[in-house]
Amino acid sequence: MLEAFFNNPAAMIIATGVLVGLAATLVGTFLVLRGNSMVSDAISHSIVFGIVIVWMITREQSGPVQIVGAALTGVLTVVLIELLVSTRRVKHDAAIGLVFPVLFSIGVLLLNIYARDVHIDQHTVLLGEIGFVWLDTVDIAGYAVPQALLAMSAMTLINLLFVAVFYKELKLSSFDTALAKALGFAPGVLFYALLSLTSATAVAAFDAVGVILFVAFVIVPPSAAYLLTDRLSRMLVFGAAISVASTVSGYVLAVAFDVSIGGMMASMTGAFLMLAFLFGPRHGLIAQELRRRGQRRANECRTLTVHLCNHEGEQGQHEESTVQALREHLLWDDRKARHVIARGREQGLIVQRDEMLHLTEKGRSAALEILEPWRQKDPRANAVPAA
Amino acid sequence: MSLLDLLTDYTIQTVALGACLLGVISGLLGGFAVLRRQSLLGDALSHAALPGICLGFIIAGTRELGSILLGALSTGVLAALVMLLLTRRSRLKTDAGLGITLSVFFAVGIVLLTYIQGTGNAAQAGLDSFLFGQAASLLRSDVWVMGGVTVVAVVIVLAFWKEFKLVSFDPLFAASLGLPVVVLEVALTIMIALAVVVGLQMVGVVLMAAMIIAPATAARQWTRRLEGMVLLSIAFGVAGGLAGSLISATSRGLATGPLIILSVSAIVLVSLVLAPERGVLWAHLRHRRNQRQMRGAQVLETLYRLADHHDDPRYPAEQGMVDAYHGFATRQALTRLEGRGLVEPVRHEPETTPHWALTPAGLAEAERQAGAATREAV
Repeated sequence: MLEAFFNNPAAMIIATGVLVGLAATLVGTFLVLRGNSMVSDAISHSIVFGIVIVWMITREQSGPVQIVGAALTGVLTVVLIELLVSTRRVKHDAAIGLVFPVLFSIGVLLLNIYARDVHIDQHTVLLGEIGFVWLDTVDIAGYAVPQALLAMSAMTLINLLFVAVFYKELKLSSFDTALAKALGFAPGVLFYALLSLTSATAVAAFDAVGVILFVAFVIVPPSAAYLLTDRLSRMLVFGAAISVASTVSGYVLAVAFDVSIGGMMASMTGAFLMLAFLFGPRHGLIAQELRRRGQRRANECRTLTVHLCNHEGEQGQHEESTVQALREHLLWDDRKARHVIARGREQGLIVQRDEMLHLTEKGRSAALEILEPWRQKDPRANAVPAA
Repeated sequence: MSLLDLLTDYTIQTVALGACLLGVISGLLGGFAVLRRQSLLGDALSHAALPGICLGFIIAGTRELGSILLGALSTGVLAALVMLLLTRRSRLKTDAGLGITLSVFFAVGIVLLTYIQGTGNAAQAGLDSFLFGQAASLLRSDVWVMGGVTVVAVVIVLAFWKEFKLVSFDPLFAASLGLPVVVLEVALTIMIALAVVVGLQMVGVVLMAAMIIAPATAARQWTRRLEGMVLLSIAFGVAGGLAGSLISATSRGLATGPLIILSVSAIVLVSLVLAPERGVLWAHLRHRRNQRQMRGAQVLETLYRLADHHDDPRYPAEQGMVDAYHGFATRQALTRLEGRGLVEPVRHEPETTPHWALTPAGLAEAERQAGAATREAV
């Protein structure tokens, strides 16, 4: 059965994609929380420089040496950015935008120069070729295991271990760097470790999805998860689920339309982000809109009760408590007045007799709660139910 | 190829013209982008141009620059809007918004690119050159399109110079004067997309961000005035563009974008280090000079206090002890003081270690220093 799995190109491609997504989401969650998403963009571009340099020294195009080299390149990128910022002549965002293009340019030019000797060209660098991962295999226990799958499994495992072991420290330094520092958790060291893992993951994923699509997997699923939950543990789980869903659906769509598999997988992360943005339970656009509308309606009911309460027992009560008065004094149109009255009756705040509106006991206490808040003894006793 | 050949070659002329246009528009708008801390917006917009390039190609059916650039411009603007929507209407921060639009739009672009390749349209071969830029593939008609876009951008910026300047430096004040801040900001963003579009063929989508940031950052080091900064930034952009594209056009197989970016980045490096006043080198030298002066004064004061304490104006102070007292090697400072005739090395038998004593001039100088310090304290 295992053999069938390793011999099935589709299974291999999806498995590699899923692992890229999982490994990227694990580190990406903390980068997004720290507000450092664009650093991952910089790193993933500049590892091209690292890959070429390591190749020139060792003539190895993949494997552990490359991954270590990439980790160092990632750190180099960030050190250069910090160096530029520390001169206080360049802002942080401009520094990012200056450093990675230079490293990337050197990398691409070296690729141009050594084009005949090296098997990576500038398109692979950008796009990757996840469709061919199953061609390049190594023999493990009698099974032909794709090299990319092996590298991604290792990186996923390492990232998982890192997050599991330093969960508390990562959590604290993401949300409160100052406290983490005060408690001696060395958030700086942790950050550099995170960046090294990001670049190591980028180089492992590089054959499969290329550098820019890797950025999508680092930033987009955690951002989508961030819109869905307020708990870090759930954010990690949701992010992982979204990247798995994106890779699988991306593969299916890419095969159906015969387009780039990596590109489609990355596009799908965007689709899931849009879904989370629109339909997220608390932070989604629609949830926000519904909450706003609910508040507006509750306010209208409160306005009505206060209006009636103000004129209760007055001479003009029979004038003020009519639907006509709502139109003229509160400037509500007919439709709005009807809706508010209906809601008020539904909630038992008012009753309508003939043309007159009267407050119920509940409606009166709701109005008094606003008009005379100091009278309240037990705030829970007569709270207005939210619409 | 001699220089004269280079200047008269038709392709080279085209490339040089393109590079100049690129330098003008990216230098002009980069100044505003960097001042408004929107450096990375260019990165997002340029990556987002890729799906537009493909859509323009699909709709027009040929590699005709006009429709391709129109496509690039529209997806660039769309990306800017999506980014604004994501950051304004959700809890995502700017960095995440930029990263999301950049990577997802680019991914969609890759999907469309492979879709075009799959349809077997022979004319698609040129689309790849938009990734890294290919100066050699520039046509004279392309230059006219780029020129038209550049002229529009220049006219708009000149017409609303005062407004753009105010919005860049103090948007709150601009709003209080009743200027339409949002409209002006949107206009600047759209024009950054225009600059990206002009640079696509020369630099490519991946590296266009640096072309917006680098000339402006370099220019910022040389001047404090926006007018001067923008002019210099244009000059740097043109110089970098010309250098990179000419090297690329005359060599074989070297991508244009990376060469242009390395050229402008070299200008940035030189400016950061050598620009008068703001240059890191001058700042470092100033710091050294101040430190040296301060150390000299400190060491002189120490010798003076020792002399005062021992009631001996010629008290021989041991160098090692002075070192230990100050926590740094004072030999250099002492030698410099000796050069000014304020201290002199003396022997203090039977010890063999170096000792120093104040000269009469040194005593006077130390008293003057102490007096100045007392006056300041009072």
